[in-house]
Amino acid sequence: MLARMQQEFSDWLVLAGDDDALRQAVVAARGLAAYQNNYRTQLVNVLRASYPQLRSVLGDDAFLQLAIHYIDHRPPSSWTLDAYGADLPESLRALYPHNPDLQELAWIEWTLSEIFVAPDTSALGADDLAGIDWETATLRLSPSLRQRSATTNALAIWSALQDEAPTPEAEMLAVPAGLVAWREGFSSRLRQADALEHAALLSLHQDARFGALCDALVEHLGEEAGVARAGQLLAEWIGSGIVVGVDVSPGPRG
Amino acid sequence: MTTLLPTFDGYGLGLRREHYRDFLDTDVPVDFVEVISENFMVDGGQPLDILRRVRERHPVILHGVSLSIGSADGLRGDYLQRLRKLADAIEPLFVSDHLSWSRFAHFNSHDLLPLPYTEETLAVVCRNIDTAQEALGRPMLFENPSSYVSFAASSMSEWEFLAEMSRRTGCGLLLDVNNIHVSARNHGWDAQAYLRGIPAKAVRQIHLAGHTQGEDLLIDTHDQPVSDEVWALYAAATAMLGPIATMIERDDAIPPLPDLLAELDIARSVRRNRAVKEAA
Repeated sequence: MLARMQQEFSDWLVLAGDDDALRQAVVAARGLAAYQNNYRTQLVNVLRASYPQLRSVLGDDAFLQLAIHYIDHRPPSSWTLDAYGADLPESLRALYPHNPDLQELAWIEWTLSEIFVAPDTSALGADDLAGIDWETATLRLSPSLRQRSATTNALAIWSALQDEAPTPEAEMLAVPAGLVAWREGFSSRLRQADALEHAALLSLHQDARFGALCDALVEHLGEEAGVARAGQLLAEWIGSGIVVGVDVSPGPRG
Repeated sequence: MTTLLPTFDGYGLGLRREHYRDFLDTDVPVDFVEVISENFMVDGGQPLDILRRVRERHPVILHGVSLSIGSADGLRGDYLQRLRKLADAIEPLFVSDHLSWSRFAHFNSHDLLPLPYTEETLAVVCRNIDTAQEALGRPMLFENPSSYVSFAASSMSEWEFLAEMSRRTGCGLLLDVNNIHVSARNHGWDAQAYLRGIPAKAVRQIHLAGHTQGEDLLIDTHDQPVSDEVWALYAAATAMLGPIATMIERDDAIPPLPDLLAELDIARSVRRNRAVKEAA
């Protein structure tokens, strides 16, 4: 009986349709409207809070239509309401199939909220790096690191909106790039990376050895420029907290 | 089974983002703070760090909204694991949630939905409380909900259900005086009878909050000061319960901290006046 009521109540909240079965089960059915209203209002509000700049770009009415589309297609399932907007890009794609700028703007906003509560790490110090054999060292990436390809100027649009500055028109980038987001201490970081850095970071998920990264860059840029770029990227990643650890595997046993 | 949770006498507030700075930088005159558990059941980041720092100054109560103790298909293990991890780190005064359900199967409404008060529901809720208390390694408190419908199938009152639930599981009760008022008005219950039906020895905490008059019903909005009717009911509750952890719960239209501290002073004076009246 209880399971059936909970299934009927759930279906009624999601579909907002016929409530005959529930009406028969409850006393003073007028109160049901309060639950239907709470359910939808709360979900719209959490989407507004998760995507404030997407809402700015679309406008209130269009954002509400997007939220309604999402709520109708994606009932919440996570234990935390904070996770609810994760798949909003699916509805964006359905309603705005030719707007990669909106996809990338949504990615920026969602990713920043995710990394805000990602695991803590501490920065590498000079002592951690002394005497490392870089040929065999493997790099440990921040657990907050997120990246995706960038094809539009969504980052410039987002930055202008954050700064309450004039917003540029959406346009395609002349050269595809990457978006990289992570947390340094308690500060969230977001920047554009060129295509090579984007690919280099992605490759570390497959093979975290610094030597392998050097080899790949040498193959791409030549011996001297490849090694120099690898060193420059490593210094940048360690300095900004993208790389949070360097592990040295024990040498072969004699 | 009698709840073995210790009692705590004091006055507290919900710790909300708008007041983080006050709690970190100043000596806020409260005896405890309460946080929404789910906001801190995260891997890391600044909010968790702030909670740890506030915990160094004040006892903390973890108050959840997503346990869904009334779910007919049981509780979620991943949720309990995260709550356990937070509780172990914070060492809270109490861990609490609501007598309600939010989730069934894969759907989570994120609302505190009402339950029919039947023997079947009692068995489900008590089984779930046993599971939760075992997973957390401590007894919990459960709060009486606000509700906008009741069920024709109910065979006992809400207060009878709460009393029996506590007796069977050893859980404590978190008495939300505003919720008693809201539900009593919405369903035509006698709020004083509700209070009298609550086993006083099981109650460990009181919530005070504001509500809004909807078209037909009172709605539990937590966006208003505590109403006069709720203060009156609180006076009756303090006479019954004696010294107990008492707090103002404000979740929306959050005013500056001094306003909430002034409201908390009203709670102090209501209990003090009641004690004077009884002594006279």
